[in-house]
Amino acid sequence: MTTLFYIAAAVAVLATVLVITRSNLVHALLYLVVSLFAVAVVFYTLGAPFVAALEVIVYAGAIMMLFVFAVMLLNVRADSPLRVPPSAWIGPLVLVAVLLAELIYGIGLSNHALHSGEVGPQQVSEALFGPYVLGVELASMLLLAALIGARHIAAQPEAPPFEDPQFSGEEPDARVHEGGEA
Amino acid sequence: MLQLLWTVPALPAAGFVVLALLNRRLSRRAAALIGAGFVGLSAVVAMLIAVSFIASPPPGHAYHQVLWTWFDTGGLRPQIAFYLDAMSVIFILVITVVGFLIHLYSTEFMERDEGFTRFFMYMNLFVASMLVLVLADNLLLLYLGWEGVGLCSYLLIAFWQKDVKNVYAGRKAFIITRVGDTALIVGLFLLFTQLHTLEIQPLMAGAAKNWATGSGVAVAAAALLLGGAVGKSAQLPLQTWLPDAMAGPTPVSALIHAATMVTAGVYLIARTNVLFTLAPDVRLAVAIIGTVTLLYACFSALAQHDIKRVLAYSTMSQIGYMFLALGVAGWSAAIFHFMTHAFFKALLFLAAGVVIEALGGEHDIFKMGGLRRKLPVAFWAFIIGAASLSALPLITDGFYSKDLIIETSLGAVDGNAWLWLGALAGSLLTSIYAFRLVFVVFFGDQQTPVTLRPRWRMQLPLVVLSVLSVVGGLVWLPGWMGGFHPLETFLDTALPVTQTVASSFAYTGVSALLTSLVAVVGVALATVWLVESRAALKDFAARPTPHALQEFWLHGWGFDWLYEHVFVIPVKWFARVSRNDLVEPAVSGIAWLNVQAWRALSASQNGLLRVYIGVAGVGLAIIVAFVVLR
Amino acid sequence: MAAVSLDHGLILAAILFVIGFVGLLTRRNLIVVLACIEIMLNAAGLAFVVAGARWGRADGQVMFLFVLAMAAAEVAVGLALAIRFRHSLGRLDVDDADEMKG
Repeated sequence: MTTLFYIAAAVAVLATVLVITRSNLVHALLYLVVSLFAVAVVFYTLGAPFVAALEVIVYAGAIMMLFVFAVMLLNVRADSPLRVPPSAWIGPLVLVAVLLAELIYGIGLSNHALHSGEVGPQQVSEALFGPYVLGVELASMLLLAALIGARHIAAQPEAPPFEDPQFSGEEPDARVHEGGEA
Repeated sequence: MLQLLWTVPALPAAGFVVLALLNRRLSRRAAALIGAGFVGLSAVVAMLIAVSFIASPPPGHAYHQVLWTWFDTGGLRPQIAFYLDAMSVIFILVITVVGFLIHLYSTEFMERDEGFTRFFMYMNLFVASMLVLVLADNLLLLYLGWEGVGLCSYLLIAFWQKDVKNVYAGRKAFIITRVGDTALIVGLFLLFTQLHTLEIQPLMAGAAKNWATGSGVAVAAAALLLGGAVGKSAQLPLQTWLPDAMAGPTPVSALIHAATMVTAGVYLIARTNVLFTLAPDVRLAVAIIGTVTLLYACFSALAQHDIKRVLAYSTMSQIGYMFLALGVAGWSAAIFHFMTHAFFKALLFLAAGVVIEALGGEHDIFKMGGLRRKLPVAFWAFIIGAASLSALPLITDGFYSKDLIIETSLGAVDGNAWLWLGALAGSLLTSIYAFRLVFVVFFGDQQTPVTLRPRWRMQLPLVVLSVLSVVGGLVWLPGWMGGFHPLETFLDTALPVTQTVASSFAYTGVSALLTSLVAVVGVALATVWLVESRAALKDFAARPTPHALQEFWLHGWGFDWLYEHVFVIPVKWFARVSRNDLVEPAVSGIAWLNVQAWRALSASQNGLLRVYIGVAGVGLAIIVAFVVLR
Repeated sequence: MAAVSLDHGLILAAILFVIGFVGLLTRRNLIVVLACIEIMLNAAGLAFVVAGARWGRADGQVMFLFVLAMAAAEVAVGLALAIRFRHSLGRLDVDDADEMKG
């Protein structure tokens, strides 16, 4: 199990690095999918099969699919001309190296073992519908809000409503306008 | 009745407050009623107080009314308190009564002016300040009134502030009197540190007890007070502001620069006479300053062609007479002349105002002429005023007071032949320039048409002041006329009696004769030169030397030019040069630093999301470091 | 099976987070920026799961679920904004949106 963990970890790290360095947008997104798969394997090695499955289904599945659809809708050129000059990497790399050093220092490098055995879906569901049920409800409201918000934000100004010849004499107020906000 | 003393300055002060608060909402009628009314009420109260004071004098011939303690710190405890003695009675009577007449006159004179309410506001404040000045029982309160009248003088000279020349004139008056005021306040400091009080009566007693005659500290104190007096009373060398102060409306000139404020210096010296007696050299200086100024002003008045400037120099000259009297210890004589001068000088100014208004704002006397039939009231008022100014014998009040001064200048213990000669010469010149004015303005051919005639509110004060200018002198008749001198007896309760070496019947009689002679000769000369042979005079004046002399006198003997070059130009140069001195970079450096800091901070707000996140990341690194390394 | 080390799991999460952060600071394409945010959220979730596995409790996984829900919501709205962004500014360069400068 531990070897599997390290292999999957290495794949995840490598794939993530490739995500941020590819200039081709679609390639980057695909590498991100790979990274998410690798993290799902990591979850499995940690004894959390439920979230491993969730990771694959929701994250790598739904969310990345959203990304791909967005790219498709936006008609973004695959080879985006926005190249980042190498000099732009220096500052962030320095900052990030410092941050990583601090974090590793804080975490420590001991071999503290984790609890062996897995925490399966049964336990997770009991927790979710037990002490965390409020959180579940709030999460669902959050998703509803996001749904409505995304629909409204993304809506383009509509074409003028269809002119029905039969109703040409009516006042404009009677007609229902759908969306069309600027 | 005497308890009402505090209302005398309080009423005009209340008038000021009311007019200040309700400025825009008052109609002209209301403003006039309030402005003139409060001063009138004050005059009534003053007259009642005077009657009460004379009829049943309080013990010690002085009434002291304490209102409250102003402050109490470091041993200095001035009170808002009023001190009334014979001299104060004369002063408050003159200030309120003449003040009221001038206010009445102003309600008509200023009726078309848009600053009507503001005018009365300032005038009321002035009357209140002047009353505080003369009633104050301590020098600090007196200084409050002193500053108050200085402020009002500035405000009223620059009253027509849209014309910047008026503002400059006001500024000049303020700055020059400020020089005197500084000397005065230093004198106050000296007095306080030496005698530990500023209350006038204890101060005088303390000085008399502790200071030897001629001692340095007495001389210093007296000299400093003299400095203040010289500034306020427009004597040499601080006299250049008075002619320019004529830029204000004529009632202002009448009230402030003739009858009252400029006499504040006279009041101060008379009030602190003990100090001057302790410093005889300074007192001599007072007399000399008075005499020199009066001659200087007479010559200057001869050459002026602005009617108000003639009267301004005339005021300067008459105050010189008062200073002369003070200098030879003729204290009461100076006060007598103050009173008569207030009457006839206010009369002259008000009459001049009538002429100016009637001719639509014309000030140049050579553009006037032939007005004696067109403006009869003004004409007779002017004749009476000029006669009084020239001290025409017996029928004018100026005769009695000026004769008294001339007689004292030789007859007093400290009298001096030179002073006497100066006074006599001045008197001759006075009648010449006074009647020059009369003849040029009212006789001859009319140059400018009359467009406005005065009505009762301008004519009544002229009439009243004319009467006062004639009978006002009858309260102090000289010895050879019977010795009826209630005023002298009255003032002797407050001021030291003048010591004389020559006061016999013969002496005073001859003196009076000489004064009269000089006055009449002056009028005669004026008649000859200006009525009979005007053309010959013009030719004479056109010749180079007389013309140069005339120009010289016209510009006040070049004092303005002198001060401009000695003081104003160097100071301005220095100010310009020190604009970039050592301190400048330090001060503007702070501003420059701020701008640089702003630029730097602004640059950090470059709108780029990545930069903001980066900065947040740096902050995150720092916080994590704190947590991890704790 | 021999259990995985806790610290190594957390260090993996740290590394992934930091990689996402670098990408966020460097890339200019809006879609890639959103992807980097997803990377960081994923790393945070990993840290939660590791912590939960430390004590053998479900709490860590529950937190990961919430993080997941939040990430999904955020991506939805973020991509909608990206569409509007492209519509009004013409291209997907994050540096184009700099009107709040000065």
